[in-house]
Amino acid sequence: MNHDPNSKNLPVESIDIAAARARLEQAGGKRFWQSLQELSDTPEYRDFTHNEFPANSEEKTSGGIDRRDVLKLMAASTALAGLSACTKLPTEKIVPYVKPPEEIIPGRPLFYATSMPQPGGAAGLLVESHMGRPTKIEGNPEHPGSLGSSDAFAQASILDMYDPDRSQAVFYEGRISNWSAFSAAMVDVRTAHAPKGAGVRILTGFVTSPTLAGQIRTLLTRFPEAKWHQYEPCGADNVYEGTKLAFGKPLNPIYHLDRADVVVSLDSDFLTSGAAHVRHARDFSTRRDMAEGVASKLNRLYVVEAMPTNTGVVADHRLNLRASEVETFARQLAAAVGVSSAAGGAAAPGKSADWVAPVGRDLSAHRGACLVIAGEQQPPAVHALAHAMNAALGNIGKTVEFTEPLEANPVNGTESLRDLVNDLNAGKVEFLLILGANPVYDAPADFEFAAAMSKASLRAHSGVYNDETSELCHWHAPASHYLETWSDTRAYDGTIGIVQPLILPLYDGHSAHEVIALLTGEAGKSGHDIVRDYWQTQRSEKGASFEALWERSLHDGLVAGTALPVVSASLRGDFAHAGSSQSSSADAGALEIVFLADPAVGDGRFANNSWLQELPKPITRTTWDNAAFVSAATAQTLGVTQNDYVTLELAGRKVDVGVFIVPGHADNSVTLHLGYGRTRVGSIGNGCGSNAYLIRNSSAMWVAQGLKLTKTGKQYSIATVQHQNSIDLEGHPGEDKEGEAAQRRDLIQVATLEEFRKDPAFAQKSDGANPNPALSIYPGFKSDGYAWGMAIDLNRCVGCNACVVACQSENNIAVVGKDQVEHGRVMHWIRIDTYFSGNLDNPEMYYEPLPCMQCENAPCEYVCPVGATTHSIEGLNEMTYNRCVGTRYCSNNCPYKVRRFNFFLYSDWDTKNLYGMRNPNVTVRSRGVMEKCTYCVQRINEAKIQSEVENRTIRDGEIVTACQGACPAEAIVFGNINDPASRVSKLKAQTRNYGLLEDLNTRPRTTYLARIRNPNPEMRG
Amino acid sequence: MAQIFHRSANTIARVSIFGAVLVVGVLGAALYGLALSPWYTDQHVAPVQPVPFSHRHHAGELGIDCRYCHTSVEKSSFAGVPPTQTCMTCHSQIWTNASMLEPVRESYRTDKSLSWVRVNALPEFVYFDHSIHVSKGVGCTTCHGPVAEMPLTYREGTLYMSWCLNCHRQPEQFVREKKEVFNPFYEVPGNQAEAGKKLVAEYKIKSLQNCSTCHR
Repeated sequence: MNHDPNSKNLPVESIDIAAARARLEQAGGKRFWQSLQELSDTPEYRDFTHNEFPANSEEKTSGGIDRRDVLKLMAASTALAGLSACTKLPTEKIVPYVKPPEEIIPGRPLFYATSMPQPGGAAGLLVESHMGRPTKIEGNPEHPGSLGSSDAFAQASILDMYDPDRSQAVFYEGRISNWSAFSAAMVDVRTAHAPKGAGVRILTGFVTSPTLAGQIRTLLTRFPEAKWHQYEPCGADNVYEGTKLAFGKPLNPIYHLDRADVVVSLDSDFLTSGAAHVRHARDFSTRRDMAEGVASKLNRLYVVEAMPTNTGVVADHRLNLRASEVETFARQLAAAVGVSSAAGGAAAPGKSADWVAPVGRDLSAHRGACLVIAGEQQPPAVHALAHAMNAALGNIGKTVEFTEPLEANPVNGTESLRDLVNDLNAGKVEFLLILGANPVYDAPADFEFAAAMSKASLRAHSGVYNDETSELCHWHAPASHYLETWSDTRAYDGTIGIVQPLILPLYDGHSAHEVIALLTGEAGKSGHDIVRDYWQTQRSEKGASFEALWERSLHDGLVAGTALPVVSASLRGDFAHAGSSQSSSADAGALEIVFLADPAVGDGRFANNSWLQELPKPITRTTWDNAAFVSAATAQTLGVTQNDYVTLELAGRKVDVGVFIVPGHADNSVTLHLGYGRTRVGSIGNGCGSNAYLIRNSSAMWVAQGLKLTKTGKQYSIATVQHQNSIDLEGHPGEDKEGEAAQRRDLIQVATLEEFRKDPAFAQKSDGANPNPALSIYPGFKSDGYAWGMAIDLNRCVGCNACVVACQSENNIAVVGKDQVEHGRVMHWIRIDTYFSGNLDNPEMYYEPLPCMQCENAPCEYVCPVGATTHSIEGLNEMTYNRCVGTRYCSNNCPYKVRRFNFFLYSDWDTKNLYGMRNPNVTVRSRGVMEKCTYCVQRINEAKIQSEVENRTIRDGEIVTACQGACPAEAIVFGNINDPASRVSKLKAQTRNYGLLEDLNTRPRTTYLARIRNPNPEMRG
Repeated sequence: MAQIFHRSANTIARVSIFGAVLVVGVLGAALYGLALSPWYTDQHVAPVQPVPFSHRHHAGELGIDCRYCHTSVEKSSFAGVPPTQTCMTCHSQIWTNASMLEPVRESYRTDKSLSWVRVNALPEFVYFDHSIHVSKGVGCTTCHGPVAEMPLTYREGTLYMSWCLNCHRQPEQFVREKKEVFNPFYEVPGNQAEAGKKLVAEYKIKSLQNCSTCHR
């Protein structure tokens, strides 16, 4: 994937900010919009909405062949096409086991509990395995960090495991070597550096694995002069520095969002990033439940942030402040809630002055039931202020608790790496072992790590990919993926999960445990024995009772009772002097830059994962790239517009990147996501986006001042799906334009709590809704037995994208690549539609996850000439791939634009390594076939068969669709709507329930529960 | 004006028109015949297997229950093909030197699986489930034919969609009592018409014909 600027024509990117503003002012009132393209109302945009695909889409092919060539080829192939059905089925082989393993029943999956190690806290998972092949990841219901849900990263990690670009061999000086040579080299290191290990350095990520930490400690006791460094490019350094300022020691905060009535986020995207975000989203969403009798529990969320995030979308009040101004605001707010030492200092910047008093009053009115959370990119002072506010408001011990850090040996990663670089430059390092980390790519630019590293006389790297760091090391040893590894890891609250492998290493990888064992003189000891032996030394249980504990921990996916104990935390006496303000020096007119971990590829570790690369990022819905995100006003000031290719210069270092305009971004600020611009990760990730680490300095890891932005004069196309698959709200062009306002159908129904109390059924009263079913010329549809339906609660959805990737994994959905994304051919069966309302500068934002509506009067079905899409007796709008001839009439006739067409052979049929990953219960689609959401019909059928075999009916909740299973906010509920006691029926019975485009009389089975906002009455307007 | 064509052109035209129709018709019929022929459907064709396993001997003459080898037929979509170990439960004791069984012993010795040719194969886009059919009173021999009389195993039905639908549309003609499901010598009783109807009601058999029943 090499994405050169200027290399392609730009399909739909013309934006006219002035026109957009004018249209917004003219529209007035509640008007939802999706993109600047829509507001600019360009002909290209109209083309995208009125037509199923843009007019030129047929011209564009993927392999440089033009349409005429395809037609020529087709002339020949059509002649033979009729005969293709006459091929005989190829001979299949059945290869049974020689000795059958226990528990495996061929054709039925097994589920194993494991944990996915992530910096800052692991995700507890259940992994589906088909005869030894892991195929799908679910959350572990017993794990406190997931409670049965998961996130996009965990869902996509299955693809990482099978990735054929992973490192597959040991390398020595760029040539293929083998493990015995590597072991011998490590033994040499051990003898050469005996007895004290002078000159030995080990660099890892943040280690939460007790076993690995124990091993490294053993190594350090044997070699007392060796040193262990830890570095994470997006680690929680500021969190620990903040608690050091506030409490005098590094502590791990645990937020209980289910207990908080009022939440203030200081630039924190706590709902979808950070270690505990899955748990946060679950806890938060329980306070957004509007079922009968619980509405009074509705919480209120204030968000102050620069770059719009999912948390900002969910907020009741959102304020865009530059990241550097958050501290001043925090100081004022702290003073307002009675943190005495915070008084004084600069006045709150701009609009935030109006916020201080009412937010302060709201917090003070909810003492002990409110919460202030600071973002990881905010300086320690802001974290300390947040803690001080929580202390002053009596929240500590109630909505926030503290434990000792999760890391066995907590350090400040940047400082730890700085020490290592200093030692390297001083020539003190002879042997450097890098486990998992990739500092050549992601270290701060001013460290010039690659040059420093070259001063170590022997360098070894163990990683899942043969990456930028491996290239400059003497040795590279492939690491095993976590799904192939024995290990252990801590979750956000300290609970330890045993990582157990689902499969033997596919690519000859060995875990960090096994590499360290080479140095501790335990060469050849298996990962299983290392982890188990460590636990045997840690527990008082011996013999059979240890065996029982071990088995139980493996089965449950966690070691019971290992959550870290809550420690008491009280503010330091000298808190007032703590934390000087770095941002007070920021010039309000100057441009600042904020570095954030990318919402899709993280800090770069998922860069070779095509599911995540093609995952539309929140709000911007960009794919395959990062960009310089700016506000519309700043773009105008700087004289740049969408897709301009610009040079960002910071402290003399430069990087080129495309510009993308984000409604709601803070002015005079540029957000640049980390994790892109990789050069040596694999065929997917290489060359995608621009490397933000090139201009990131250790002095300002997250927020930096003095950015210079200059145009290069080139253009760079950024593939965004935001204006694609937009539901056409205006009917056909040329129709009565006077009726436009009446025709405009609000796809998002939203009210404030006050409005909702006055008129609970507001959502069902939109124009033209609920037409008489008898108006249809088709006979009414009725299901007698099961009638499947889905309800999606917009009040709960946090837009985390877990459902999109879960669906992709469950249903073998292909990726199409950047070029095809630009032409509107993304294949996702469920998409998160994003709507804005209000002005360009700080709009309200809304999410709407959109799977197939499974219409009872489905427009797609009537137009299929070959009966490939039909209606099942249970109300499913079925798609039969083997019948489809690819006319695309159905998708042309779908008002919701949920049908996806395989313009090319998007499914990878050539890469054998990926065969094992696919769900064996879902057909892998070929070229020329339509596909769409089926409510996971394979899961429905499985449950139906199981219930019939057991001679009973399907229980409510027995069928969980992939999107529902992944959703951390429990926003998606599926079930039998003929059963009035089912959860889905109860949700649909709520007055908030409404269908999309109901005036078309499609009678959708997927309906939505309107969003209720809970604004502070003091802060109107 | 003189005629351009000779009189005989009429005959030639007639013959070629009807001839063309005839040729197309015959060709169509031939193709249809071919599609139903064992050459194409593999019906009644026993493929060469690594071991010439005889269902007639094992299931018919010895009376070994189907489920002794096809263990997952009641629990899973896949009936299961026995692991080498299952063969060796008996053949480590009897016929231990038979050359015919050498591949089995070799598999057990070397831990390398036997590779059987699949007899009843469905296309990849068809999802069939044994457990539900067996538990609803569809017997093994209904689809697999007189297995207990097959010296070498062959495919009994065409496995075409029409063949599946034949039963799905009128299950009462094929259903049998649950206790007879695994009886390889089962004979359709004379009163199938009424007995079948009764069983369909008793077993709550649904005539599922939605596409997604099998295709997904």
